[in-house]
Amino acid sequence: MSVKIRIPTQLRQLTGGAGEVDVDGSTVGEALKSLDAQFNGLGERLFDENGNLRRFVNVFLADEDVRFLDGLNTAVTDGQTLSIVPAVAGG
Amino acid sequence: MAFVEGLRCRECGHQYPAQALHVCDFCFGPLEVAYDYEAIAKVISPERIAAGPQSIWRYADLLPVEDAAPVDLGAGFTPLVRADRLAAALGLGELWIKNDTVNPTGSFKDRVTSVALTKARQLGFKVAACASTGNLASSVAAHAARAGMQSVVFIPHDLEPAKILMAAVYGGQVVAVEGNYDDVNRLCAELTSEYPDFAFVNVNVRTYYAEGSKTLAFEVAEQLGWTAPDHVVVPVGSGSQLTKIHKGFHELAKVGLLHSDPSGIRVSGAQATGCSPVATAFAEGSDAIRPQKPSTIAKSVAIGNPADGWYALDIVRQTGGGFGSVSDAEIVEGIRLLARTEGIFAETAGGVTIATLAQLARSGVVRPDEKVVAYVTGNGLKTTDAVAPHVGPTATIQPTIESFEREVSLEDRGR
Repeated sequence: MSVKIRIPTQLRQLTGGAGEVDVDGSTVGEALKSLDAQFNGLGERLFDENGNLRRFVNVFLADEDVRFLDGLNTAVTDGQTLSIVPAVAGG
Repeated sequence: MAFVEGLRCRECGHQYPAQALHVCDFCFGPLEVAYDYEAIAKVISPERIAAGPQSIWRYADLLPVEDAAPVDLGAGFTPLVRADRLAAALGLGELWIKNDTVNPTGSFKDRVTSVALTKARQLGFKVAACASTGNLASSVAAHAARAGMQSVVFIPHDLEPAKILMAAVYGGQVVAVEGNYDDVNRLCAELTSEYPDFAFVNVNVRTYYAEGSKTLAFEVAEQLGWTAPDHVVVPVGSGSQLTKIHKGFHELAKVGLLHSDPSGIRVSGAQATGCSPVATAFAEGSDAIRPQKPSTIAKSVAIGNPADGWYALDIVRQTGGGFGSVSDAEIVEGIRLLARTEGIFAETAGGVTIATLAQLARSGVVRPDEKVVAYVTGNGLKTTDAVAPHVGPTATIQPTIESFEREVSLEDRGR
């Protein structure tokens, strides 16, 4: 499956400035791992030492928070968009 | 600004210059303004504050931006009202209401907006923007109008009509998003990356914006003769206001302005049951805040995925406070109780605060031997639809004395 990942400003220095990156994967977790494989150091910004998403990182699949879905195990379909968004916003 | 050292990540301590940054590049933790408190302590005094304007800007030494002519509609310095009749109804003792319904656009958001847009203008931003549950949208639009800035405010499409109108009347762009507040917030967080010339006050300028809420503590302390209350009850949407009120009292102690020890202040949080992720985590003794899909009439605090929820939870636990959550019916009764006992008409978030205060008083968390301050942070005219089914004329008569005497029972007078 090819999915598009939207990259926030805070991570664009690791993606050579790219705001969108295409990756392969059949779940949210696989897609993010594939992003890490493409851009060195990106994974440690997203995941803690146990491999969970960091507390201040939100991930949305087709604009839905993956915590309302199946988290990192959520299946993705070809052409969907994942967004990485800093959690600290709003209110 | 003279006293601002820079920004510091609350989680990992990484330091940044005082620019338009809100999260740490390394761990995504929130950035906080770092001040030189020793330098502030040398200059600040009750007299210096009293000589300042009757607004939040009297506390400029403890705010993150210095400007001789801030973006200002006169936010703050609102009444602190002794609420003996409400206290009697709830079985409490010394109770005060911080009446923030009387701000220029009718909510506490004017405090944070004034700080945020003053800083945004200094940083060179031309467009004022925000993700809003309603109150912030009108505040940003109004302050932008006054400052001659463009504004683009984002709101959920199903807000109360008065809040939409109040956002639109100032002439900026009002974008109604087909989604809930968390959708609006996510969209704005993403737009921040694509439109770096937009000052989203509660996204990329949030570090400065949030500091404005400290003035809710500064004013209460000043109005109580530079002492702190024993217990404060604060509505919780994102949790930012609660954490900043707590921080405000502690900052006053740090710079030598507080006569009492702030470590004893208990902080309690108030949420609507229909959107209670933080209250739920508190009740379950959990550290994890599970996001919720909000369903409550208290739209101004209907944030299912609260940015500062964890910090608010931590403060409530550390200070020995409580967390209440109340139903829509209790919220309406809270609004009516405050109105008929103290003459203050609050919006639904104020109903959340009063109903939670009642709940915490019943359970003994808020005690009659405490000096209590309840924060009522938005005006009832914004959410008239919440009470419209419940109140109205008590009689409709012909313009004659006979009709009056026939239709109006004088025993109804004065409740």
